[in-house]
Amino acid sequence: MTRLPVDSPAPLIAAQDLRMTYRVGRGQVLRALDGVSLSVQRGEVLGLVGESGCGKSTLGRCLLRLVQPSGGRVVFDGTDITTLPERRLRPLRQEMQMVFQDSYAALNPRRRVGDLVAEPLRVHPAPGGGWRSRADIAARLAELMDLVGLPQAALARYPHEFSGGQRQRINIARALALSPRLVVADEPVAALDVSIQAQIVNLFMDLRDRLGLTYVFVAHDLAVVRQISTRVAVMYLGAIVELGEADAVLHRPAHPYTAALIAAVPEPVVRTEGLPPPLRGDVPSPIAPPPGCRFHTRCPVARDRCRVDPPTLRGLPDGREVACHYPLVET
Amino acid sequence: MLLVVRDLTVALPIGGRLVPIVESVSFTLGAREILGIVGESGSGKSMTSLAIMGLIDVPGARVSGSVRFRGRELVGLAPRAYRALRGREIAMIFQDPMTAFTPVYTVGRQIDEQIRVHQKISRADARSRTVRLLGDMGVPDPERVAGRYPHQLSGGLRQRAMIAMALSCNPALLIADEPTTALDVTVQAQILDLLRGLRREYGSSVLLITHDMGVVAETCDRTLVLYSGLVAERGPTGALFAQPGHPYTAALLDSIPPLHGPRPARLPSIPGSPPVPAERPAGCPFAPRCAYAHEACAVRPALVASGVQDIACVLPAEGRPLPPRFVAEMSA
Amino acid sequence: MVMAVLRRLGQTLFVLVGISVLVFLVFFATPGADPTARIAGRNASSETMARVRVEYGFDRPLPVQYARMMEKLFVTRDLTSYVNRGQKVVPEILEAAPVTVSLVSGAAVIWVVLSVAMGVIAAALRGSWVDRGLMMLGLVGISIPVFWLGQVVNLVTQSRYHESWLFSWVPGLGYVPLTEDPLGWFRALALPWLTLAVLFVGIYSRVLRADLVAVQSEDFMRTARAKGLSPARVLLVHGLRTSMITFVSLFGLDFAQLVGGGALLTEVVFGLQGVGRLTYQALSNLDLPLIMATVMYSAVFVVIANAVVDMLYLLLDPRVRDGR
Repeated sequence: MTRLPVDSPAPLIAAQDLRMTYRVGRGQVLRALDGVSLSVQRGEVLGLVGESGCGKSTLGRCLLRLVQPSGGRVVFDGTDITTLPERRLRPLRQEMQMVFQDSYAALNPRRRVGDLVAEPLRVHPAPGGGWRSRADIAARLAELMDLVGLPQAALARYPHEFSGGQRQRINIARALALSPRLVVADEPVAALDVSIQAQIVNLFMDLRDRLGLTYVFVAHDLAVVRQISTRVAVMYLGAIVELGEADAVLHRPAHPYTAALIAAVPEPVVRTEGLPPPLRGDVPSPIAPPPGCRFHTRCPVARDRCRVDPPTLRGLPDGREVACHYPLVET
Repeated sequence: MLLVVRDLTVALPIGGRLVPIVESVSFTLGAREILGIVGESGSGKSMTSLAIMGLIDVPGARVSGSVRFRGRELVGLAPRAYRALRGREIAMIFQDPMTAFTPVYTVGRQIDEQIRVHQKISRADARSRTVRLLGDMGVPDPERVAGRYPHQLSGGLRQRAMIAMALSCNPALLIADEPTTALDVTVQAQILDLLRGLRREYGSSVLLITHDMGVVAETCDRTLVLYSGLVAERGPTGALFAQPGHPYTAALLDSIPPLHGPRPARLPSIPGSPPVPAERPAGCPFAPRCAYAHEACAVRPALVASGVQDIACVLPAEGRPLPPRFVAEMSA
Repeated sequence: MVMAVLRRLGQTLFVLVGISVLVFLVFFATPGADPTARIAGRNASSETMARVRVEYGFDRPLPVQYARMMEKLFVTRDLTSYVNRGQKVVPEILEAAPVTVSLVSGAAVIWVVLSVAMGVIAAALRGSWVDRGLMMLGLVGISIPVFWLGQVVNLVTQSRYHESWLFSWVPGLGYVPLTEDPLGWFRALALPWLTLAVLFVGIYSRVLRADLVAVQSEDFMRTARAKGLSPARVLLVHGLRTSMITFVSLFGLDFAQLVGGGALLTEVVFGLQGVGRLTYQALSNLDLPLIMATVMYSAVFVVIANAVVDMLYLLLDPRVRDGR
């Protein structure tokens, strides 16, 4: 497939045929990303979902160039950042930030919250050039605490004095310190209790509205992704299998894998009818992915063609893209 | 009744004093029944299961109340008698099957070990039973899998092997502590399917400990909701999910983003976070976060029957129970 | 598994060659110092100097010199000391090596057995007075200097109480070859073994206890208890093997450095003509060929011991086998 989804008016960030391979001993190669193309418009929330080993976290990191992709391009706001030297990447780094899953590991336990949140303000020059004054930084810190819903007193305390949800607020405040345009959040609510998770999801949504942020939201929880995303990309074994509007993808899945994933989510509703039969088997190893369609080993509707001919992403009439020879939605 | 737990209290020494982590928890479990104990982190759900297993080894910990298993009191049981029970009549599976298997032995050897500790049978007989069990758990090529080390198996296979090990002596009670939390969602569905089948195939009762309301809804006959070490609500799963009686249960269900139906603009969330055990309020532990809190909540509410459920809340007695839960129509 | 072992052996060989080059360069190619004069010894005549220059190829390029040196060490084995004129270096080491190997191996058996026993008992009875007592004992063992302990042992067994029934079996200081008189070998070495082992019993038992206590909080130990296994079985079968990693790596390093000459003090105190003593003499006489040979000898041991430790890992932990 040659058509790249970078045709819509100037996306904020776009990946083209992104590849990431790791050598794993004895000449074996793990393809964490195997030709991923997508674009994210300004103000959009793109949800990346999939099971472990599907490459969603790797994709998030490649987009911010926290890891160097082995192939393909990443274009941020019209600039190809794939091979940009670190010196020229630095000013762009202010515009794209990351929030991680483990709220505690991401914070140095020996430093006060104020120092942690202020750090990006101290190491990056102010937009007009020159360094920020103490007063500017203090003012910005106060603003950030308000934004993420923490009391000002939190600035003088240490990370361990906070609960998981509050620590994630601190991480978000730090990510927002430099007023980025893009935030990549890697499983930001996965480690939180349900009641706290809802608070943080709401916070992400509020911040997007107030600050006009663009998110790439990586998560394994379909319900959380549906809640926050405008579009969703479903990944399996290093490739996107379905990409489209969140409601379309999650209500009328076209790819059998998306359908199976949705069916497998245990919902807090007692059903009267029986549960659908679960998908067979485990996710195959990304070191030796199956030939043909990667999903054919577990697919309930696989046919002979699927075993030999790998499907590529193609557009459906409703605008979404799916990598399946026999999609569940009529084309 | 297979298991009758009465006023189980587990207190651990924290900062020089005994702090009750689990307080006066009571429930029963019948034969071939699946009971879900659900709660957030720090709710005391794992501590409850460890207390039943007699596996709390924190120095200075105190377990009080009563746990009667097949009419036999387990609280204060002699270590030797407890050992004969563990693994044979009460078995347990854990959250992370990667770290729950000893990394340096094959899974087959670890299952054989459990069989041979409780029964006088030969190595070969034990192994053939291991292989049969693995096969029953849906493990493909069980003979080969028995000879593999834990790290060589996928998460799903490891958890199947863990369940095979737990079932190896045909226990009457299986305690599953977050058995699917470390697994991918499609594999989780397989394991839950397996657990549901156990009562049919093995006649086992299951105590399922989880934080996931969805897992409870799909798996358990009855449900016990723990909040901050205390029972908030218990009852048949269907009733409890259709009309939660405790504001905590209702709020917890509401805060889960729906997978079907309209998307809420904001998720109803519970403000604040659960109290740590040492700072648990004297009255209703949920009162500081509860939308319905009023003066009556300053006294710790007793568990009272309301319909088919038992609810630790004053609202039903005051004649203003919570409304039934709105559930969006599921489109297949 | 076989591949892993072969690969490790290849690496070992590579490291050995590397070390030999390095040692050679340090001793024989240091700029501004003429190795000829150093080998020939002090006040050597000009004929001797010329002979040495030709024999070692010091008039030829460096690679040739290196090859010549290795040939003299490993093939012809006629590297000659010029301090003790005519003394062949390689046979000297080969004579000293069995003494040191006997001393260290015996001590190793004692320290492994005792420290495993002490570590396991202390961990099993964690927090009890037995635990505290054993660990105190270990600390005492670590704090006693080996030369002092050796002297006290000698004082007691050789002179003051030598006539008492308790110590009349102790022979005079010195080594008895195993091949000549096994019982005599054992009697001559029993006290040096114990003396050398004391320090290591202390260190190893404390290390093992700490690792065993740490492993208690692992999930798989809880699983083992949930299976209904006895505490002893849980600790020995599931805990001990997984906690042996630090123990084994420490053992490899200590054993190798002791065999390579690190048991010097014990050798001196008990009058054993071992490698440690030989190295010490070579260094004090600046006997370059002997230094070269002893350094190579101990390097060989350290490298081989490391390879053995790695292979033990392969046996102990299947995860290492799969390269994870």
